[in-house]
Amino acid sequence: MIAFMTRRLLLGVMTIWLISILSFIIIQLPPGDFVDAYIAQLSSSGSQVSAAEAENLRQLYGLGEPFYVQYGKWLARIVTGDFGESMEWRRPVTEVIGDRIWLTLLLSFAALLVTWGLALPIGIFSAVRQYSFADYAFTLVGFIGIAVPNFLLALVIMYFAFVWFGASVGGLFSAEMALAPWSAAKVWDLIKHLPLPALILALGGTAQLIRIMRANLLDELRRPYVVTARAKGLSEARAIIKYPVRAALNPFASNIAYLFPYLVSGSIIVSIVLGLPTVGPLLVKALVAQDMFLAGTIVLLLGVMTVVGTFISDLVLMWVDPRIRHQMD
Amino acid sequence: MADPILSVRGLKTQFFGPEGVVRAVDGVDFDVFEGRTLGVVGESGCGKSVTARSVLGIVDRPGKVVGGSMKLRRANGEVVDLGTLTNEQMRKYRGPEIALVFQEPMASFSQHYTIGNQIGEGIKLHMGLDDRAAKKRAIELLDMVGVPQPARRVDDYPFQLSGGLRQRVMIAMALSCDPRVLIADEPTTALDVTTQAQILDLLRTLQKDRGLAIILITHDMGVIAEMAHDVSVMYLGRAVETGSVKEIFETPKHPYTRALLRSIPTVLAKPRTRLPTIAGSIPHPFDRPKGCSYHPRCAEIIGAVCEKAEPPAVDTDDGRQVRCFLHGGMEEAKAGLQGASA
Repeated sequence: MIAFMTRRLLLGVMTIWLISILSFIIIQLPPGDFVDAYIAQLSSSGSQVSAAEAENLRQLYGLGEPFYVQYGKWLARIVTGDFGESMEWRRPVTEVIGDRIWLTLLLSFAALLVTWGLALPIGIFSAVRQYSFADYAFTLVGFIGIAVPNFLLALVIMYFAFVWFGASVGGLFSAEMALAPWSAAKVWDLIKHLPLPALILALGGTAQLIRIMRANLLDELRRPYVVTARAKGLSEARAIIKYPVRAALNPFASNIAYLFPYLVSGSIIVSIVLGLPTVGPLLVKALVAQDMFLAGTIVLLLGVMTVVGTFISDLVLMWVDPRIRHQMD
Repeated sequence: MADPILSVRGLKTQFFGPEGVVRAVDGVDFDVFEGRTLGVVGESGCGKSVTARSVLGIVDRPGKVVGGSMKLRRANGEVVDLGTLTNEQMRKYRGPEIALVFQEPMASFSQHYTIGNQIGEGIKLHMGLDDRAAKKRAIELLDMVGVPQPARRVDDYPFQLSGGLRQRVMIAMALSCDPRVLIADEPTTALDVTTQAQILDLLRTLQKDRGLAIILITHDMGVIAEMAHDVSVMYLGRAVETGSVKEIFETPKHPYTRALLRSIPTVLAKPRTRLPTIAGSIPHPFDRPKGCSYHPRCAEIIGAVCEKAEPPAVDTDDGRQVRCFLHGGMEEAKAGLQGASA
């Protein structure tokens, strides 16, 4: 098992390395080198760059040298935590991304909890009471959840939250807290703002997971081991939860890996609509402005997070399913 | 002979599907005695397994026991009709009174828990033992059914065991709460011949040691000949012939029983002769033939009667029960038919 995990970890590192090459290619994609773009942008805003300054920059990034040298220099800086300069914001990329990456992670985790919390019981109920009224109702709601774009749902919920509760929905902080330094009050403010966006982001995934859980469980409920459990005299609830539900859990575990990238790239519009300070809107802006160091860094981070998520997903799967655990030896 | 432990009369189990009602079990009678084995034999789909599940009250929806009685005599002499119990009341009979051994030991175990966990579950539930005591008992049971190194095996998962071992574990699990009736539903079908013989030996030994009443469900006449004391031959949800194993094999009375026995391959057969088979195939459950349900395949059909009237269960002189007009019930049937047409 240890050997398997080590192999998995090494593969993960390899994958991250490949992603870094890809990210660098993305950074290099726009025509002209970065310094040209930088100078062009500065001059368009009225300031000038001296020739010596431009030469310094070229030296720093190794422009004009072969691709692998440039990549090497870039990678070396990244390892020390220097992800380059955001052209648009004229600040280091790390500073621009800043808290957003942690807020995105937090939101992903919250959305994951909501997804599981809703999908698990509803999926079980729908399967056990297949073709009941409630099953049809959940199926209908589920399909609506899959079909309606999240951002539309976000708008509707925002509207009603405002009309009915007078709550200002949007963002992860109150206006006065958004720029304040971190404090207990700000954390509390964040906790208060978290549920609604987490719910909205979770709904699409929840609807899907309900369908998956229902289908899986329907398969498992027909297996002979359920009859065995009943023949032992277990109560129906215990027989179902201990055996078929456990067997149907695998998709919940494999779901972890995809949630984070989904939240960043799949829910950009929701993030924009809700004004969430996540990485998604930043990525869009960076791409539109050809702010390549920022975009490349975000792509790199996304890749790393996905690899890490997959690794966690594997660990959870191993924990849930003893067959996977034993196949490794 | 002593009173039976389990006495089933007129058991009817039907499945209420959207396309209609399937009469999976349609009036089955049998008695099971302490220390004896009742073999239930028949082709696939004749209602053998549904009969077993009906007794335990675990027929899957949309199936339902709709008639008959299943009288169980408990250790204290009290007689309970299992059919009248609610599911909740029935639970305490599953395991301590009647236990089930299934056909596919792989599919009948969950792959997510150790065998110790799955054996111990019933022990904890019905005997009120704690985790440690349940595990200790699970190890003893594994030892009893001949699983080597039981103390180590108890922590294995089912997928780590061979097919034969899995079936032994399944038997250990069934016996975990000292049941008095053991229903073995095709316990050896998924196993190779050598393992099959070992498992049957094990069942016989356990029966001798504990006075178990066994209901052995199979489609294998060889297994019946080796194991059973009494035999019930089923066709389309009915017992067409019931009697002692000796009588059934030596002087089969129902044409279906005879046909089944003829279609057993034998080493004495002349080389290059075809194995006799039963003509036709089992009718579709929605297309149950009128009259005697076996008549379209029967070689000894009595025209005009078998097609119209259902043969009643007739007790023969040697204590057997047969459902066939060749052995009685003809006069009543004819009178009934004339009455209907007049």
